Amino acid sequence: MDFLLLVFAFRYLQKHEQTKNLYPQWVDLFFKGFIAALILFIIELTLDAPDVFLRWFAHVVNFAIVYAAFNRQEFSPIKVYVNAFLPIVVVYFVQDVTKLISTEFYNSYETWFDTAALFAWIWLFAQYFINRKQRKALEMERIKAAQQELQFKQSEKLKDALEIQVAERTAEITAQKEELLKTLNELKSTQSQLIHAEKMASLGELTAGIAHEIQNPLNFVNNFSEVSSELIDEVEEERAKTGDERDEKLVSEILADLKDNLLKINHHGKRADAIVKGMLEHSRSNSGEKVLTDINALADEYIRLSYHGLRAKDKSFNADFKLNLDPELPKIPVIPQDIGRVLLNLINNAFYAVNEKAKEKAKEAQEAFQPVVTVTTSVSQNKSGLSEALIVVQDNGHGIPDHIKDKIFQPFFTTKPTGAGTGLGLSLSYDIVNAHGGELKIESEPGEGSSFSIFLPIQE
Amino acid sequence: MNILIVDDETDVEILFRQKFRKEIRSGAMTLNFAFSGQEALDFLGQDNPPQVVYVFSDINMPGMTGLELLKRIKERFPQINVSMISAYGDSENYEKAIDSGAKEFFTKPIDFEYLKNEIAALMNKHKSNKP
Repeated sequence: MDFLLLVFAFRYLQKHEQTKNLYPQWVDLFFKGFIAALILFIIELTLDAPDVFLRWFAHVVNFAIVYAAFNRQEFSPIKVYVNAFLPIVVVYFVQDVTKLISTEFYNSYETWFDTAALFAWIWLFAQYFINRKQRKALEMERIKAAQQELQFKQSEKLKDALEIQVAERTAEITAQKEELLKTLNELKSTQSQLIHAEKMASLGELTAGIAHEIQNPLNFVNNFSEVSSELIDEVEEERAKTGDERDEKLVSEILADLKDNLLKINHHGKRADAIVKGMLEHSRSNSGEKVLTDINALADEYIRLSYHGLRAKDKSFNADFKLNLDPELPKIPVIPQDIGRVLLNLINNAFYAVNEKAKEKAKEAQEAFQPVVTVTTSVSQNKSGLSEALIVVQDNGHGIPDHIKDKIFQPFFTTKPTGAGTGLGLSLSYDIVNAHGGELKIESEPGEGSSFSIFLPIQE
Repeated sequence: MNILIVDDETDVEILFRQKFRKEIRSGAMTLNFAFSGQEALDFLGQDNPPQVVYVFSDINMPGMTGLELLKRIKERFPQINVSMISAYGDSENYEKAIDSGAKEFFTKPIDFEYLKNEIAALMNKHKSNKP
């Protein structure tokens, strides 16, 4: 039966992974060993009585393999099975040695030897199955580990891919940020350009009004100086007369008129002067200096400029304006050109509103509509009891619909047709009044008109 | 001869009174002044028929413009002569004024010589019309 062990042993070694991978030349040798062991096993089975020589040969080969398992690398795979088949090898060897020494002793104890051999075979199979089970468990572990390894590699790959993606996205976001910053800067410069343009546009609207407002006093200056010269001629005529013919009363009357005329010339010269100064102040880039300003005079000046400006631009335009100025209103510290712009914007809007309504009423040919813009100044008290200057610009135009009331102070919001308004007037006015520590409020009754109230602190 | 001058600039009164001092003194001319269109209409409505034979009106006035006043006067008192005075000598205003029946169209600054001649011509006509 020893050869059966060798059959298994050579077959096992021949099929083992280690032999295939590390010692391919041995595969053939192990195969030859397997064939030889198989043939010898068959020969032994066919013989009636076991051949002593073959048996001893099998013992030697078996022991040689056990020895090789521990000493030769090529045979090392068999090491795990040595403890499985060694009992069989030893039992048969002891059996044959005993038979050789004393056949009598062997015969009387033959059943013992057979039992030992049987147990050795049972041992071998038990060992084989245990070992196989362990190997299977190990194999499972190995597969699991390999799977984990694979998963790990996959997640590594994924991680790398993600990192690349993150880098790409970061670059994209950075580029976007740069672009947005650029756009922001462009917007900022556009904004300041627009504010400047709005200022220039309001100045443009003013020029016609200014021209008219300067032309009128200049006409008076010219007319009064001309008439004065004529009056002097008259005085000289009278002086040339003698005695009773001379009308001294007329002479003193003319002289009094002459003095009045000079005062008128002076008055109208100053009027033109103030308008030119006002225009210069309006166009001047913000010096931002607050000076004590007569709000009544400012309101009076700007309502006239606005009225005559609109008249000059649009011949069909007409509206009445009223000034209810409180003489008790003290001078207050403001930046005059800024507050002037606010007044101009509000007054222009008011005239625009009444004119729009007047045009519609004219079309409908309904009841007579009297377009009127009123500017009222007064002293009021704020919540904390401090005195404030209150300027109200009121019109009897169409009013502001409720749904756009919140929007009218937004930059670029305009109800005027494209090109007719920048949409910045009210927004800038709001900012200017706020910068003065004041408040700009609206009240509007759709269909009845609007009123804009500017509250400005009297004390700094 | 009664003349009404309409302008929102009050100093116009002083100017005209001095320019026509002699005529006023001699009693050949009476000057009246109104400082808005409405005031002018009110003044003209005081007497029926009005004493005024000639109205000079500024165009550019708040409230009722000179052109509107012209239309109203021509509706109610077609016999009164009305001339316009404007700071802008543009054709649009001119055509409107003439179409509405204005006699003359003066641009500021007013040429008083021309105005005097115009009034003198009118006064002669006025005199000859009277019995």
